[in-house]
Amino acid sequence: MDNAKWTFGLTMMIVGMGGTFLTLWILSLVMDLLKKVFPLVKAGSSEKK
Amino acid sequence: MLESLQTGLYGLTSGVSYLFSQGGPNVIMLLIAAALLYLGVKKEVEPLLLVPIGFGCLLVNIPLSDLMEQGGLLRILYDMGIANEVFPLLIFVGIGAMIDFGSLLENPKMLLFGAAGQFGIFFTLLLALALGFPQLEAVSIAVIGACDGPTAIYVASQYAPQLLAPISVAAYSYMALVPIIQPPIMRALTTPKERVIKMAPIKRSVSPQTKLLFPIVVTLVTGLLAPKGLPLMGTIMLGNFMRESGVVARLTKASENEIANIVTLFLGLAIGGTMEGHAFLKPATLMIFGMGFIAICMDTVAGVVFGKIVCKLTGGKVNPLIGAAGISAFPMAARVVQVQGQRYDKKNHLLMHAAGVNTGGQIGSVVAAAVMLSVLKGMGLI
Repeated sequence: MDNAKWTFGLTMMIVGMGGTFLTLWILSLVMDLLKKVFPLVKAGSSEKK
Repeated sequence: MLESLQTGLYGLTSGVSYLFSQGGPNVIMLLIAAALLYLGVKKEVEPLLLVPIGFGCLLVNIPLSDLMEQGGLLRILYDMGIANEVFPLLIFVGIGAMIDFGSLLENPKMLLFGAAGQFGIFFTLLLALALGFPQLEAVSIAVIGACDGPTAIYVASQYAPQLLAPISVAAYSYMALVPIIQPPIMRALTTPKERVIKMAPIKRSVSPQTKLLFPIVVTLVTGLLAPKGLPLMGTIMLGNFMRESGVVARLTKASENEIANIVTLFLGLAIGGTMEGHAFLKPATLMIFGMGFIAICMDTVAGVVFGKIVCKLTGGKVNPLIGAAGISAFPMAARVVQVQGQRYDKKNHLLMHAAGVNTGGQIGSVVAAAVMLSVLKGMGLI
């Protein structure tokens, strides 16, 4: 494999795999945030005992 | 009069004479069509796709059928939805409408398993380059590792249409073979102690608002980070938003049933139409099938190894087997994890955790393809 192909392949590997991890990690943080902002309200939990 | 009879008879026998003179590849493809139909009908291996693909392959390999020539039925279907990538995207709307991302939202960190499960894509990309494929063909072949038929078709139809047939057939075949390919790798990479790790039950903690906002947020985040993949993520999330909104039940139902079914039929026939013997039977086809197999294996290896790392980091709270579900084959990969877990401990229920990882794998495969396309765009290659 010539140099240009190696450069392309390794760039895709590093940026592609890294970018996938980064994007999904950011998504997981946003999902955690969504869960905090909109917590599940259990049925009947607002009623006074 | 005699001459007229002769030309008339020639019209009737030209197909048969073609078959005997230069129809060797067509005969082989007719046998492959029969094998695809057998697998779909008798073995029920992805029948919704293998039956139309097999029949399309049969039609196009009948000599002088002209179905893939300009104006032919299969060519019309191909131009209508594959050449312009509409069919895979419409299927994505249906997939989004079918998926419940609830189990993933219960534990969003499971998304990282969905990232690890895409390693096969990038490993296969290097392999394809090493084997001499040009860059865009290598990228299209590598996407078989997403274990996601529509994504593979979407990328291949844009950047390597000449390889669309082997890539799409390989992608769907290996998706169906996940229950056979994954278990030996899962066993080889885990210890008996790891396989029986019980994970804490999932508590229901996701509100309807979170489920409703999830598809919008995913579309925005992935669209901003990897805009070239927006058609893929946008359509899957459109389907999911319709499902979670609950106000367009008719559209949701149509997306996951009628539209998805019609498009699957057209898509399968058109892909089968690209399997003409003289074009399909090349050494490259065999290499693509080989690389597709390696891609799925490497996805599984990376997923389970990532599971082992997480297991160590959490002090043994995560069963590494769930890492194998970080691919897009849903719900097959999650079921494989459940079966393997119960093989060593009948009381071990990994299904819900694996389902979360599996839906993470679905998002992961689309994100990986989107990131690849955006990187290609950044490098000026597309």
